[in-house]
Amino acid sequence: MNLIEQAKRKVSGSNFLLMVTIVMFAIMYLAGILIYSRQGFGNMQTFMNMLIDNAGLIIVASGMTVVIITGGIDISVGSMVGLSCMMLAYMMEIKGMKASTAVGIVLLFGIVFGTVQGWLISYLKIQPFIVTLAGMFFARGLTAMISVDQIAILSNQNFLDMANKNIYLPFGAIVNKRGIKLFPFIHPSVVIALITLAVIWYVLKYTKFGRSVFAIGGSEQSAMLMGLNVRKVKMSAYVLNGFLSALGGFVFCLNTTSGFVEQARGFEMEAIASTVIGGTLLTGGVGTVVGSFFGVLIKAIIETYIRSNGTLSSWWNKIVLSLLLCFFIVLQSVFAALRRRRG
Amino acid sequence: MKETDMLTMRGIHKEFPGVKALSNVDFTLRKGEIHALMGENGAGKSTLIKVLTGVYPLDRGDIRVEGIEGAVINHSPEEAQKNGISTVYQEVNLCPNISVAENISLARQPLTKWGAVKWKKMNKTAEAALEAVGLKIDVTKTLGDYSVAIQQMVAIARAVDVQCKVLILDEPTSSLDDQEVKKLFEVMKSLKNQGVSIIFVTHFLEQVYEVCDAITVLRNGELVGRYDVAELPRVQLVAKMLGHEYDDLAQIRSQGGESLSGESRETILDARELTKAGSIRPFDLEIGKGEVIGLTGLLGSGRSELARLLFCADKPDRGELSFKGEAVRAHNPIDSLKRGMAFLPEDRKEEGIIGDLSVRENLIIALQARTGMFKLLPLSKQNELADKFIKILSIKTASAETPVSQLSGGNQQKVILGRWLITDPDFLILDEPTRGIDVGTKAEIQKLIVQLAREGMTIMFISSEIEEMLRTVDRLCVLCDRKKVGELKNENITQHNVMAAIAGGNQ
Repeated sequence: MNLIEQAKRKVSGSNFLLMVTIVMFAIMYLAGILIYSRQGFGNMQTFMNMLIDNAGLIIVASGMTVVIITGGIDISVGSMVGLSCMMLAYMMEIKGMKASTAVGIVLLFGIVFGTVQGWLISYLKIQPFIVTLAGMFFARGLTAMISVDQIAILSNQNFLDMANKNIYLPFGAIVNKRGIKLFPFIHPSVVIALITLAVIWYVLKYTKFGRSVFAIGGSEQSAMLMGLNVRKVKMSAYVLNGFLSALGGFVFCLNTTSGFVEQARGFEMEAIASTVIGGTLLTGGVGTVVGSFFGVLIKAIIETYIRSNGTLSSWWNKIVLSLLLCFFIVLQSVFAALRRRRG
Repeated sequence: MKETDMLTMRGIHKEFPGVKALSNVDFTLRKGEIHALMGENGAGKSTLIKVLTGVYPLDRGDIRVEGIEGAVINHSPEEAQKNGISTVYQEVNLCPNISVAENISLARQPLTKWGAVKWKKMNKTAEAALEAVGLKIDVTKTLGDYSVAIQQMVAIARAVDVQCKVLILDEPTSSLDDQEVKKLFEVMKSLKNQGVSIIFVTHFLEQVYEVCDAITVLRNGELVGRYDVAELPRVQLVAKMLGHEYDDLAQIRSQGGESLSGESRETILDARELTKAGSIRPFDLEIGKGEVIGLTGLLGSGRSELARLLFCADKPDRGELSFKGEAVRAHNPIDSLKRGMAFLPEDRKEEGIIGDLSVRENLIIALQARTGMFKLLPLSKQNELADKFIKILSIKTASAETPVSQLSGGNQQKVILGRWLITDPDFLILDEPTRGIDVGTKAEIQKLIVQLAREGMTIMFISSEIEEMLRTVDRLCVLCDRKKVGELKNENITQHNVMAAIAGGNQ
């Protein structure tokens, strides 16, 4: 097999949608550098800021990808992020708990929450949309029960240190007007997000669980007849997602350092949008977390455009995102139609 | 359980709400034999297999497998696999979105000691497994990229690759061509020599006699009997499946050569060498105006497939079709409707009735579809038509506005029939219009068919009940193994001749 053929094969299948996303990102990034060079779009720090701002979303979108590949959906994640922030703020500020204890409790709560949802969905066979809609209301309600006022995290020094610590990268430095070399930096939140992304990628590609997730998304009935324990795998996907939404909430809280009822409202939709833009099919069976990562970055780039421009209304963000979503959904169905014709 | 037995099932009962799917069925599979499980639609073959493999829970009965102490009850296909029972189900039951190799080793992938999937080794295993069934394809490609036939072979390769004692093949050949079937039989025979017992479900009589050692026949969820292939002639097998005794063996003769003569009717539909690969072999068919033509044959013989080609629901590979003297080029059901055809499909129970709509709305819907969505028929006209057909078909309903779901099954059936009659077609195809309804309604529908034909409508009547065909049709086409094997006319249409045609079809 020659190289071209090999490359063609690589691009075919689900990889094609991923390639489109990556190429799209590259074009948008280059365009940004050309248009907003004076605002410093080309600086490495601009890119790092995209990661910092969206660390929580990267984690939540990774979990969402797993759930969507099984053919399900989880719209409770936004409320879970909000609830996690509130729980952290309440436990650390009002109850004076240690940061590690508070984070541990939040993560454990995420697992329990995911387990309940997963059990309802896979063992009682209730529509995931309905179950997680209930979960969404429940988590948001619980957030308000803890406190209707904003709680800012001001006193827990460990937590604030972690939130604000700059990790400087050894490359991509720029020299400012006074001749000082400035290295780009990230926060620990980005490290957590990227590690999570890598772990989920590995789990999906190389573990029995990960491969089962794909099989179930392709055909639940077939997967069952081939001897997979469908219910267990599906439930595990929701447990994992519950955990990741709590972890995403923790990382989100590192950015906001506060808890507030309205926090992360609509976050679940951003996660779903990023996942879809990243080439994951809502019908299940096809998708990658790498795609979702680029989906998040594309959303981040649009935000950066608007910030760089300075005069555009921030609502353009939503408009462009909606157009992109349409584009990708059309692309997916064209792709599916082509595939059917070939088959 | 005897020493020579691999699997025994005794007194198997299975009930679905309102239906007795299996009652007191016994089944014995010997070591190293290929055992055909035969029966018409609804006989309980698939249910028996699904009970055995744990897809459905077992109501009552005793299952034993060689080498396992005590009764075996599989609660899931996973458990059945562990107990040495591997299955290829009727429809391809693989995941189209993952690679061929993954499909073959799903749920038992080779893992490193860290629990990571060994992709390279998995691909190699898959290649070897496929080679055993004579297939050399790129195993890293997505399964959905391949044809249904190849997918079927992959499913078989998977089932064979799972080390098993009992291999179940539920109609594995329905999408395979002759070459692939041959290869499959070789694989089956070699497995048999290795001591694997095979349960083979098929509609193709030819295949049973080619490869099987024993036959178990089921009918209406009950056991008819277990026979050795050598001791059961084809005709007897057909008779046992259909549930009629075929007493006069002397009368066997092939009807294949008989053709229609003295046809004075004006031709309305003419098919020449029409064919579609994997659904029906080339056939000629000429239908006269006002004729009632019957299509019969065992399940899977190609009855519905033939009808679908005539209605242009499927696109033929080759051949010519003309309707009312005009050649049909665009193969599209909507055009067929406009040309004056109507088709009552077999699986209308799910697709036909719209339960929440009224009788009137259900009756009018096909006509409305033909006139177009935006040219709403005036309500007065709708009422008039609805009342007329409620009367003609004697549909028992409180009023035209009663929701259809409140009607009995037989009356629902009449409503669907009425829906197509309202469009006043020149050519009406009825695929199993009387299945699942009571005797009285059956007779009414049969009477109606004859009457409509007298008024000039041409009707194609498909049924597996030969008796009702005898009463209704002018001419009967017999199909077997996707081939038209005979045509019977008038006085020649008898039970015996039909059975003989089916049994002699491919000799």
